[in-house]
Amino acid sequence: MTSRATAALPGWYTLEEPAALLGSRCLTCGSYFFPRLSTFCRNPHCEGSQFEELRLSRSGRIWSFTNACYPPPPPYLAPEPFVPFAIAAVELERERLIVLGQVVSGVDVAQLAVGMAVELVLETLFRDADGDRVVWKWRPCAP
Amino acid sequence: MSAEVAVLGVGMHPWGKWGRSFVDYGIHAARAALADAGVAWRDVQFISGAATMRCGYPGYVAGATFAQALGWQGAEVNTSYAACASGSQALAAARAKILCGGCELALVVGADTTPKGFLAPAPGERPEDPDWVRFRLGITNPTYFALYARRRMALYGATVADFTAVKVKNAAHGAANPNARYRKRFTAQEVERSAMVADPLRLLHVCATSDGAAAVVLSSLEYARRRDLKAPRIAAISTVTPRFASAEVEMPDIATDSAAAVPSHSFRASIARRAYEEAGLGPQDLSLAEVYDLAASLELDWYEHLGLCAPGEAEGLLRSGATRLGGRLPVNPSGGLACFGEAVPAQALAQVCELVWQLRGQAGERQVQDARAGISANQGLFGHGSAVIVRR
Repeated sequence: MTSRATAALPGWYTLEEPAALLGSRCLTCGSYFFPRLSTFCRNPHCEGSQFEELRLSRSGRIWSFTNACYPPPPPYLAPEPFVPFAIAAVELERERLIVLGQVVSGVDVAQLAVGMAVELVLETLFRDADGDRVVWKWRPCAP
Repeated sequence: MSAEVAVLGVGMHPWGKWGRSFVDYGIHAARAALADAGVAWRDVQFISGAATMRCGYPGYVAGATFAQALGWQGAEVNTSYAACASGSQALAAARAKILCGGCELALVVGADTTPKGFLAPAPGERPEDPDWVRFRLGITNPTYFALYARRRMALYGATVADFTAVKVKNAAHGAANPNARYRKRFTAQEVERSAMVADPLRLLHVCATSDGAAAVVLSSLEYARRRDLKAPRIAAISTVTPRFASAEVEMPDIATDSAAAVPSHSFRASIARRAYEEAGLGPQDLSLAEVYDLAASLELDWYEHLGLCAPGEAEGLLRSGATRLGGRLPVNPSGGLACFGEAVPAQALAQVCELVWQLRGQAGERQVQDARAGISANQGLFGHGSAVIVRR
């Protein structure tokens, strides 16, 4: 990651290391939300409208995983030549929610398993006139 | 039950890639359904169109478009959009109009022309739209299907061979269906030699996109009685939304709800539960089911979500042969999306057409013996549940 890197989805995660997803927690019922929420709590049993913004857990366990063998259509900006990438659905224990994301480049489905511990890092999603645009990706934790 | 309506007629335009307007397909299906019902278009009092909003193209305001193409005759009109569940919502609007006494005879039409390849969102930079966000991250529809499939493998010991067996079964069913786009019987080897799309799913595990149309003529039970028609009846239409906290990550979301404060709920299981409650029937009363096999592996999820078996037992049910034609409870005797491909606003109505043909004993080579009641299940993007129960 270079100093010129900017977020591919501004406001969804921090850019300083160690990076984390930015979520919200309802101050009334304790439900977490990603992406952030600042209006009304979506738990229908809760009347809450006040939230704290917080960094979500930076690690979790793989709920499931797959890959993209064909270039996705726009707005995905597929580099040429296209390189298949893995995708993981990751369960965050404290938040009790599942977040999708790409897996870091160089890690294929053969190296993944349901239940495996992964952590969040930033990696380039695409490059444009402003330079590297980074996004969160999941990386298997060192054994 | 007094809350039932009669299905007087059904019709389709065959699925395929025909290169024509969705209006042509819709009118073809509508005229076939009207002829099947033995009623004239000029006598229809309510027309309900199932719409596609792809790319926001306003020509897809379906109800009035079909009414004009059939010839303006002053009927009241409705258009429903609920992505893949549009057909059920258009059906529900027609049923509601009949049951409140607002009309006796209604026509429901869904038709589509779909582009080849991945379904994709409207262009532009639109980070407030979750559908746009997931495509920006490279997460397509098959990603979700594959995540559920891999989860089954890890949790329940499903194998790729099971997913393949669903495809082979449905291909055999659809081979006898004149409205199916793909009428080829596939071998397991052919399926597993097709290109990998989203591991573990290959091209022949995932459904295509198609052009197609389906239409249904509904009436009050009293109208059917006056004409001495023994028509199958719609016993339930479930159009439920999910319940917080969602247990599975649903297309097009990037995350589930948090179950930190309240327990999580399975959306798909709630869809059928509502239909059973409304019909006063249960899975034990079914003769067949038509389910949304966007990928072959999803059919296995539906076995459990319809209550045909307990969680984790779908592979056993499949392997027992119960869900193929000739089995105890055939699933997707039409061939399903595996043979049709997806024509979004027509799909839920096409499922109802198949249930009606089966209940009338008119399904030919794919007939389920003595079919008495059937359920359809489907799910529209952004949280639209859809299930219809039809019985004799």
